[in-house]
Amino acid sequence: MKKLSRVYLVLVFIVLYLPILYLIAYSFSQGTTMTNYHGFTWQHYRDLFADPRMLAIVADTLLVALLSSLIATLIGTLGALSIHRTSKRVTRDVLLSLNNILMVSPDVIIGASFLIFFTTLKVPLGFTSVLLSHIAFEIPIVVLMILPRLREMSPSLLCAAADLGATTRQQLNKIIIPFITPGIMAGFFMALTYSLDDFAVTFFVTGNGFSTLSVEIYSRARQGINLEINALSGVMFIFSLLLVGGYYLLQQGNAKRRQRSQEAAQ
Amino acid sequence: MKRLISLVIGLLAICGLLAYTGNRLQRSSGDSGSKVLNLYNWGDYIDPSLLSKFQRETGYHVNVETFDSNEAMFTKLKQGGTHYDLTVPSDYMVSKLKQAHLLQPIDRHRLTGMQNYDPRFLNQSFDRHNRYSIPYFWGTLGIIYNDRYIRPGTLTHWSQLWSPKYRHQIMLVDSARDILGMALVERGESMNTTNPQTLLAATHRLDQLSPNVKAIVADEIKMYMIQDEAAIAVDWSGEAAEMLASNSHLHYVVPKEGSNLWFDNLVIPKSAQHYQAIYAFLNFMNRPENAAQNAEYIGYATPNAKAKALLPRSVRNDRQFYPDDATIRHLQVYRNRPTV
Amino acid sequence: MTKRKTCGYFIPYGLWLGLFVIAPVALIVYQSFFSLDHHVTLANYATYFQSGVYLKMTLNSVWYAFLITLFTGLISYPTAYVLRQLKHRQFWLLLVILPTWINILLKAYAFIGIFSQDGVANSFLRFIGIGPQQLLFTNASFIFVATYIQIPFMILPIYNSLADLNPAYINASLDLGATRWQTFYRVIFPLTLPGVKAGVQAVFIPSLSLFMLTRLIGGNKVITLGTAIEEHFLTTMNWGMGSTIGVVLIVAMIIVMQLTNDHSGRSSQ
Repeated sequence: MKKLSRVYLVLVFIVLYLPILYLIAYSFSQGTTMTNYHGFTWQHYRDLFADPRMLAIVADTLLVALLSSLIATLIGTLGALSIHRTSKRVTRDVLLSLNNILMVSPDVIIGASFLIFFTTLKVPLGFTSVLLSHIAFEIPIVVLMILPRLREMSPSLLCAAADLGATTRQQLNKIIIPFITPGIMAGFFMALTYSLDDFAVTFFVTGNGFSTLSVEIYSRARQGINLEINALSGVMFIFSLLLVGGYYLLQQGNAKRRQRSQEAAQ
Repeated sequence: MKRLISLVIGLLAICGLLAYTGNRLQRSSGDSGSKVLNLYNWGDYIDPSLLSKFQRETGYHVNVETFDSNEAMFTKLKQGGTHYDLTVPSDYMVSKLKQAHLLQPIDRHRLTGMQNYDPRFLNQSFDRHNRYSIPYFWGTLGIIYNDRYIRPGTLTHWSQLWSPKYRHQIMLVDSARDILGMALVERGESMNTTNPQTLLAATHRLDQLSPNVKAIVADEIKMYMIQDEAAIAVDWSGEAAEMLASNSHLHYVVPKEGSNLWFDNLVIPKSAQHYQAIYAFLNFMNRPENAAQNAEYIGYATPNAKAKALLPRSVRNDRQFYPDDATIRHLQVYRNRPTV
Repeated sequence: MTKRKTCGYFIPYGLWLGLFVIAPVALIVYQSFFSLDHHVTLANYATYFQSGVYLKMTLNSVWYAFLITLFTGLISYPTAYVLRQLKHRQFWLLLVILPTWINILLKAYAFIGIFSQDGVANSFLRFIGIGPQQLLFTNASFIFVATYIQIPFMILPIYNSLADLNPAYINASLDLGATRWQTFYRVIFPLTLPGVKAGVQAVFIPSLSLFMLTRLIGGNKVITLGTAIEEHFLTTMNWGMGSTIGVVLIVAMIIVMQLTNDHSGRSSQ
């Protein structure tokens, strides 16, 4: 049973990473497109690092993604808490339906409506409008990721805490937030994914020189996406892998240290 | 809770760092300051080395923003909030933009090098006397076939696509107007007809084609054809050029019944701000050596006759992409449908 | 908990609802009553409900979203279950998320290469003796890629539900003589239902309006509502009709939400 499950997991991971390995393999091809492998070269990586416009776009993309996910996670968490606390069933259903509307609407509709919205309110198109839109369409997924954790939390826990004299703030800080942290993290990561993948909304609401990677990649499709983009994906992939690995090691180290200090205290 | 807070602080620090690097990078490429030109272009549709050459010569830095369809670009220009100095719509979109009062006329007195253009590609129906637009690239709609499946020279007419022997072998480009236009031309009608009966007949004709259609795809059609995924594709010459460069089995023909002649054009939107830079750039791109360099980079056909003369013989004599006069006479340019 | 506190939390979220949900939806509903020549009309809705084409698209959209959700669930649940038992599970979980940060269009192009006549997938089929197949432009490959894209959105909430499942429950169930399957079916699965539900919503709702993959991988063989909206907004520029379909999508989503909500409400009580 255990062996079988390991095999299954390995299979899933192979499928998950196959297209990415394919992309990276082509980033070393001497050709110009993702067909017919032509032998090894570093050329596309050299091109990439000699292209300040592309690097600036990458920096902008990551900035928007991280900042918007952070803010969306904050607002989404508060939203999930308040949805969870509404006692009226109808209100909760209405709130949830409203919450999911941006997820079901295709990006063109959202993009076009946000564009009309921003130009009517005279919000300058560019970083601000893109950031606001990204926050807007990331909130629903954050709420969706946090709500099940809140539902799983047993009410007796909070009652006990209240009986023991915990204030609302204490309950929130010491019980609710720690319990829903996995949901918050999941929401943050999914928000990040939404932001990095979005093309249509960003396209409509951007302007004045501000661009993101997705917009750049989609608009290159007519001329054929060149392998510099593959090289960029390779770099971003390795970088996030290192980041994830580093973060994990750091956490492990912290956990061990905490454990040791606890043992010392006992 | 503590862990969350430290995470948030860490992320904010990273954001600060990114904002700083982004700013630095933009400044190193000379973004800020008033000597700029905002070009709104299709992705990767100009040789980047020309942009640096332009900056070296004139001191104007070109900010490029990109779009991926004429209609999306139209929406952006119409809604406002942006200040593009130049953009690159296709033929019918030039007249649509004109009708929506989103373009400014080009001041002929400030232009040089207009005599470099092939007169056949000027004064088109979508913009008489080129009051608003200068052609950037041109091309045709045609058939790409793979000689591993089809004997070279046998496929010459649109009507052959309906033959039962090509069952499930044809890929169409995802562009309603072009595919309907193809059906109209095949029946000897004008591509710009507005007669409902003719249009209905053409749609029925297209229904008959559907058993032969393998897929309706857009830009990815290039990758599919290069991979020998289908025998035949209906697509634009510009796309075809890219395919032919990567797969020697592919060929491009403009069918005998005639076809579409398309233009991408440089125009000045209403919201433009940097006129000095605009005319400097237009004149720069009119120069044969620059237009030729751009044509070699993009692989599309240039309307600049002097530039064409500078291209390698194999390119300039390629009938597939620079068809002869007789073929060009058979081609039709799209008109924007009358405004309602 | 005091009422005022709750209100305080609600302000930013409520602001978002008002500005970025209700305002755009009002705009969409408003636009859906306009014809191409800017006249107020109900014609768009009439077209929608009278034409077999749109109704068929609706059925297609719901059916494919259902299939994608089903397959995503079938693959994700066991994955999350196995992940939970691993030693460095946090790390593995992050590895599940990581592929989603690579641009979706690039991944789709990679799949075009992998599924092509001489691609990796066909080499594999040849290797195991089945022989090369036409993989692109089939429903199977389209659903495969769509499922691929959605898997992390399903794994995460399910994993979170599984992660703090009290092992005492499982042990108790096994001690009481339940088989492994009974334990799973009667104890584990019901306890993780909120996570499954969140995953289903996170996958099903966006899948309803899928459009890009239907073209890239499916070759536009199946037209969904997402594709129709895209066409109306960007090709024919008939925003009225596009908005009408958008309104229908929103209504369809609400109906589906109600159905799943009621269902889980009953079963958890």
